Amino acid sequence: MSALSNDNWSRRSIFRAAAGMAAAGTLAACGGNNGRGGGSGSGPQLNQMFHAYGEAGTEQAIKRYAAAYKDASVNTQWITSADFESKLFATLLTKNAPDLFEFHPQIQMVKSGQVADLSDIVNPVKDDFNPADITSHTVDGKIYGVRMIDDPQFFFYRPSLFKKAGVKVPETLDELIEAAAKLTTGKVKGLYVGNDLHAIVNPLIWSAGADTLNAKNEIAYHTPEVVEGLKKMRKLFTSGDLLLGAPTDYWDPSSLVQGLCAIQFCGMWAMPVFQKAFGDDLGIFPFPKTVDSGKQSVYNGGWSMFVNAKGKNVDAAKEYVKWLWIDQKKYQEDWATSYGFHIPPRKSIAATATKLKSGLPAEGVKLFNEFGHFDNIGWTQAMIQASWDVMANCVRKSGDPEKALDECDKTVNRELKKLFG
Amino acid sequence: MSTTTKLDLASPAPAKASPAKPRRGLWGSRTFNFWLFAAPFLIGLIVFIYVPIGWSIYLSFFDARFTVTPDKFIGLENYTYMLTDPKFVGSLGTFTVFAAFIVPTTWALSLSLALLVNRLKFMRAFFRSVFFLPTACSYVAASLIWKMSLFSGVRFGLANTVIGWFGIDNIAWLISPNPPWYWLVIVTARLWLQSGFYMILFIAALQNIPEELYEAAAIDGAKRGWQTFRHITLPQLRATSTAVVLLLLIAAYQAFDEFFNLLDKTTWGRPPLVELYYTALGTEQDYGAGSAGAVILTVLIIIVTLLQGKILGFGRGDESK
Repeated sequence: MSALSNDNWSRRSIFRAAAGMAAAGTLAACGGNNGRGGGSGSGPQLNQMFHAYGEAGTEQAIKRYAAAYKDASVNTQWITSADFESKLFATLLTKNAPDLFEFHPQIQMVKSGQVADLSDIVNPVKDDFNPADITSHTVDGKIYGVRMIDDPQFFFYRPSLFKKAGVKVPETLDELIEAAAKLTTGKVKGLYVGNDLHAIVNPLIWSAGADTLNAKNEIAYHTPEVVEGLKKMRKLFTSGDLLLGAPTDYWDPSSLVQGLCAIQFCGMWAMPVFQKAFGDDLGIFPFPKTVDSGKQSVYNGGWSMFVNAKGKNVDAAKEYVKWLWIDQKKYQEDWATSYGFHIPPRKSIAATATKLKSGLPAEGVKLFNEFGHFDNIGWTQAMIQASWDVMANCVRKSGDPEKALDECDKTVNRELKKLFG
Repeated sequence: MSTTTKLDLASPAPAKASPAKPRRGLWGSRTFNFWLFAAPFLIGLIVFIYVPIGWSIYLSFFDARFTVTPDKFIGLENYTYMLTDPKFVGSLGTFTVFAAFIVPTTWALSLSLALLVNRLKFMRAFFRSVFFLPTACSYVAASLIWKMSLFSGVRFGLANTVIGWFGIDNIAWLISPNPPWYWLVIVTARLWLQSGFYMILFIAALQNIPEELYEAAAIDGAKRGWQTFRHITLPQLRATSTAVVLLLLIAAYQAFDEFFNLLDKTTWGRPPLVELYYTALGTEQDYGAGSAGAVILTVLIIIVTLLQGKILGFGRGDESK
């Protein structure tokens, strides 16, 4: 039965080959992007984590700065997924946690001992920073992060379209809703504020004369004015004048550039792309007054560097942050103005950043200074999430604003109790 | 081992038919071979299933924020929090609605596809492959196609283009929950992805039905079509149908990808796994509450499994057909 034994032999060899391939596959999987290698310098290996910036050249820039550092080899993880926070928070609990990462100031990271105290590297140049950027990173007198860029967010529009439709720049939410209606045509929607409307939650609160939390870290957003604003938003949401379900989110300039809408809520970072598309036919305005007693507002977002206090190379990571984000002013200016436009948090750099000195960028800086609200370190991710739920529950879904705010209060109070006792 | 000798006595090998040497020592031991084959899976089961379950139960009694090695015992607080959390309780409702939609529709669609393909005289292999192919597509990729091009809210989305021909305004399919168009998007995506696989199961079962049954029925005067389908095909497919329904329920319960990718920052349309992801692994990083939710779910699954065993009797062994 030579055929049979032959059969047996080949079956075995196939099994062996398959096992070998499986083993090889496992090994190959280990060799992928494992967060090691890639850096150029000598000394310890540092891993840094960034969210994917939309502007061309940003990833190369961050890697270029890292390559220029000699005292450590710095490897960059560039996270392209939409939920950078989740990815960051989950990775921080593992062995592959980055040594340094960019994020926003949030107190739970300080309370849980996740981020290192950077006072010793920031204090010598403290006076050169925008004071608001120091305050928003300070807990009990210690500074926990180094601001890299400030990103004011406001509306972009095309004055020519406004003129054609007979619309003036809106100063109240009612005027904005009216403008959106007038600007809506068969093919163009009047207004775009992002598909899920989460980006305008804070401006809506501030423009109603309220705030997220007050100075004593108590709820300050649950006011009759905010309720009124939410009702207006529901009206806008159901009017058919709002662009919804667009392929790109609010932070991406595509919706206005492709002519899907006439006004888009976006950020300073996208200004170069808008300018390239529309030239001088471009204007900006802050979030209008939610109610007549309110004040226009601009969210001064941005990104900061933090050092993972539970990492293996805390000192080396601090050294790198000091080198790049404190000492290397050339790189800091490059980062703030060469790709998208951002406002440098360092006064000395802001003073020399010629690109932001005239025209529309200068107007953006003016809105930033005049109407800007910075991050509150006590307003953490879980609270932010709860405030997004308000938008979902009573603007996208036809829920009662009071009830939605009550639910939000429950979550926020639970967080506040855990953080401040 | 004694069993080996017993076996040899009971059924002696056919006289020297095989020239192969009998295996001795370790390789001949049945116990050793049992562990050799079972151990990898058992170890996997323990390391990846039982240890995490145990750890989850442990975590569910602690205040575990931003850590999986907590030290603050809080008793049942996580359980009361989850059971009074409208989002978690709502997610159980979402799952029920989803299962009520997807199980019957997939069952009906895959059975009809199987009947159609099975009756083809030519190009059968071609159509079988065409309907089966979507099974190979990832849920994430399909979700993105459904979200960005088929059901995008702008005027050039496929669905909006089609309804535009009839003069209907653009619909933001995935953004607004009333009317709940998002169910249409989610159900069609999953139908497209999984129907082909269950179609193959049904084709196999259809080909197992003896032709004689149909011939006998024809002689007895049964009309081809609905009558034979109702009284022969369907009863013969009972075992396969039950299996398909159970598999579909399990798949529906595990649904995550399309909900996660299609719906952004909503408070609706979140089945339990998505809700728990946001609680434990998302930005809240509340492993205590997340684990409590997981334990509640596990208890629910155990109850449902026991009940269905009692009612359907599936898995009792008398279900040979």
